[in-house]
Amino acid sequence: MEQLFASLADGLLIGFVYGLAAMGLTLIFGVMDVINLGHGPIIALGMFGVFFFAGSTGWGLNPYLALVIVAVLGLIFGMIMYFVAVHRVLNAPHLSSLLSTFSVNMMIIGVGTALFTTSPRNLEFSLGSLQLGPVNLLGTRVMAALIAVLVTAVLYVFLYRTQPGKAIRAVANNRDAAELMGIPSTKMLALSFGLGTMLAAIAGGLIATFFSFNILAGGVYELKSFVIVVLGGLGNPTGALIGGLILGAMEGVVPTFMPVSWVPVIEFVLFVVILLVRPTGLLGGR
Amino acid sequence: MTTSRMQDNIILQVQNVSKRFGGLLAVSEVTFDLPKGQILGLIGPNGAGKTTLFNVINGVYTPTEGQITFRGTDISGWKPYDVVGLGLARTHQIVRPLNDLTVLENVMAGACYGHESHSLTEAEVIALEVMEFVGLHERRNLLAASLNVAQKKRLEMARALASRPYLLLLDEVLAGLNPTEIAEMVEVVLKIREQGVSIFIIEHVMHALMNVSDRIIVLDYGQLIAEGTPDEIVDNPKVIEAYLGDPALAEKLMSGS
Amino acid sequence: MKSWKYPALWLTVGVVLAGGLIPVITGSKIMRESMFLILMAVTMASSLNILLGYAGYVSFGHIVFFGLGGYVGFYLIAEQGWNLIPAALAGGLASGVLALLLGIALLRLRGAYFALATIGINEAMRTFINNFNLFGGPIGMELNFIVYQDYGGAANMQWLTYWLMFGVTIIAVLMSYGVKFSRFGLGLMSIREDEDAAMAMGIHTPKVKTMAYILSAILPGIIGVIFFFRNSSVQPAGAFRLHRSIEMIVMVMLGGQGTVQGPLVGAALYEALRSYLLTSPLFKDLQLAIAGVLLLLIILFVPSGVIGWLRHRFKGLWRVLE
Ligand SMILES: Nc1ncnc2c1ncn2[C@@H]1O[C@H](COP(=O)(O)OP(=O)(O)OP(=O)(O)O)[C@@H](O)[C@H]1O
Ligand SMILES: [Mg+2]
Repeated sequence: MEQLFASLADGLLIGFVYGLAAMGLTLIFGVMDVINLGHGPIIALGMFGVFFFAGSTGWGLNPYLALVIVAVLGLIFGMIMYFVAVHRVLNAPHLSSLLSTFSVNMMIIGVGTALFTTSPRNLEFSLGSLQLGPVNLLGTRVMAALIAVLVTAVLYVFLYRTQPGKAIRAVANNRDAAELMGIPSTKMLALSFGLGTMLAAIAGGLIATFFSFNILAGGVYELKSFVIVVLGGLGNPTGALIGGLILGAMEGVVPTFMPVSWVPVIEFVLFVVILLVRPTGLLGGR
Repeated sequence: MTTSRMQDNIILQVQNVSKRFGGLLAVSEVTFDLPKGQILGLIGPNGAGKTTLFNVINGVYTPTEGQITFRGTDISGWKPYDVVGLGLARTHQIVRPLNDLTVLENVMAGACYGHESHSLTEAEVIALEVMEFVGLHERRNLLAASLNVAQKKRLEMARALASRPYLLLLDEVLAGLNPTEIAEMVEVVLKIREQGVSIFIIEHVMHALMNVSDRIIVLDYGQLIAEGTPDEIVDNPKVIEAYLGDPALAEKLMSGS
Repeated sequence: MKSWKYPALWLTVGVVLAGGLIPVITGSKIMRESMFLILMAVTMASSLNILLGYAGYVSFGHIVFFGLGGYVGFYLIAEQGWNLIPAALAGGLASGVLALLLGIALLRLRGAYFALATIGINEAMRTFINNFNLFGGPIGMELNFIVYQDYGGAANMQWLTYWLMFGVTIIAVLMSYGVKFSRFGLGLMSIREDEDAAMAMGIHTPKVKTMAYILSAILPGIIGVIFFFRNSSVQPAGAFRLHRSIEMIVMVMLGGQGTVQGPLVGAALYEALRSYLLTSPLFKDLQLAIAGVLLLLIILFVPSGVIGWLRHRFKGLWRVLE
């Protein structure tokens, strides 16, 4: 029983980070109907970013300070990616944006593999651990969950309380109408794409503080993000966070019943089933 | 249900049909009959539910309530492709050409999968004949995307006709056409009826509708508010009132008489 | 359909025949190996094109049919002692049945939702096979080399499998052509252009789409068996690599989606490019990145692919390019 609690708590903490990554994917989809297949490698870039700025072989900064730099770079990267690979295919059939974002995936993985090889990296970093009753929690994971919540809160304030945030939501609602109201829709689209990749990069950076990784590691989290996004409803950021928690909890609890290798089978079957019976997500209205 | 001689003569029977979108009742308890071989006009202000009624009849939507009988078969809730199989074809208000296919291929697809299902070779014969009929023959090898609006409306018509329907639903085939094009299209509609096809037609261009319809029904806010011959409709105070909200339309209605 | 349309067919089949016969005539084993990969790519791309190019449905996990078919056939050969040919047919059948079941369920989804679901299916299948002990779980299965004795030894087996692949590729190209100029193909292309309009025209869209999905799955299943038999082993990671699915899409896009010759041209170009990059010391490590740049350039600037572009540019070639 105690074991179950411990795995559940651990799963939930990681679930916040999953949710953060998925939020990046769902934000982009919600605003411009694009599924960013470059999501995974961007998560991996976030990992390498933190490794570079905070690792003992890099600048040696505090990892959480490094995370701020990674966030800014993630934002810039996404905006560039938007103009290079996404803007021109926004009104083309779905296949085009799927493939153009996947081409960025290939470029990152290709260059990344050439530069870093695929051997695993490890950020040697610890915040000790936290004893909560019978449950022992790793400090880095608690911190990651807290940061994920903080970033989510800031995102919401941004989207609902600030001028550019409102503009983004207007563009998401109806691009033409927003344009008529004098909102520069292209800029807002680029900004939202950047925010999406920024969230992915932050999530990657957080994961790097407690798991080892290589350039291909983002792929797993990309697939998890798909599952989460579908759980929570494509285009729904709150849904993504809750979906992340559900997935994290599942990953924590399921292995106490059956071999851990069955977890992904359950995840993907669940994913397909939800797509079929409730394509708007578990929380989705409509 | 007892089949009287009267009903043998009715190709489409709409009984008490409603369609609800969330809180909006787009079509509300509509009942009418369409006798074989007639042209029935359908008018009503914008948003009255005309297109929705078509969509319910041809199976795009399942009616929330009510029953639709076509050629003696209850088709309520059928899928559009099954409805076509029974001999009911339609055109779309907002044209839907198959852009990357040629005009000929568009019409052939209509013939292949229509009420009589044909092989490609037979479909080509039918398509050529139908395109001649609606006046698209010269453009048969162009991509559908390259047609102008008037030609796209003809294409809609040709595709529907190629399925060899018993009943044709026409949704604003005259809208956006100039007077010459309207006159040509009206000719085509009348010729279709001469071939024995029954027609149910939505139209805002009043004078044209007055000339072609045997009877007209009027929808307003989803409800059927009037039914009668063109002359009766023009003089019906309820109809004029319904259109008052829309002066431009009211004017058209008046000038049509 | 019409006699003037035949030149394109003869040209297409002629090119496949000529290409496929080069290794046979020269007797070169190196050429045979690279042609085997090209023929395989052509079959995969042509099959995918039926769904992607004709019906307009993006399957991101099409490799699942190659993997599942391959697994089923390999199991029958390695564990049940079947002969390659019936096993290959069984592999194709298994993939076809999977496509039927998936088609009924998944093809209700449109656009991005369908694409996502196909990714989910591929991953679900891969992770499932990973846990499926009958098929060797994560280790997969191996073939005892003695089995090759039944096919005249390993050297002979390689020629035999080459000829089989060659034959399947010709079937793939004929199928691709036959579907495009059939009543069924016209229905598929109507769905691609406007699914709702297609329905209103009387096309039984669920049936037609499912048929297309099945047709696009069978040959990948068959060649999966041939491929893994030739390789003498099969593992989940190799059989269900999502990346391979996307390579298939790239080939179709490169050559021209919705055309008969596009997948042929795209597959040949892509394989040629890849083997060049892989063997060039300068680009070896950057192979993937360069393929990515190429893909992006195609999507942004030549979205209709080589054949589509040629058709658009040189109207006189319409009879030969399809
Ligand atoms: N799929 C739908 N979901 C929700 N509401 C719908 C849908 N289709 C139509 N409506 C609503 O139903 C009402 C009737 O629309 P409909 O298109 O049938 O009107 P109409 O009489 O054809 O108008 P018009 O003359 O402009 O073509 C409108 O208020 C419209 O917004
Ligand atoms: Mg309408």
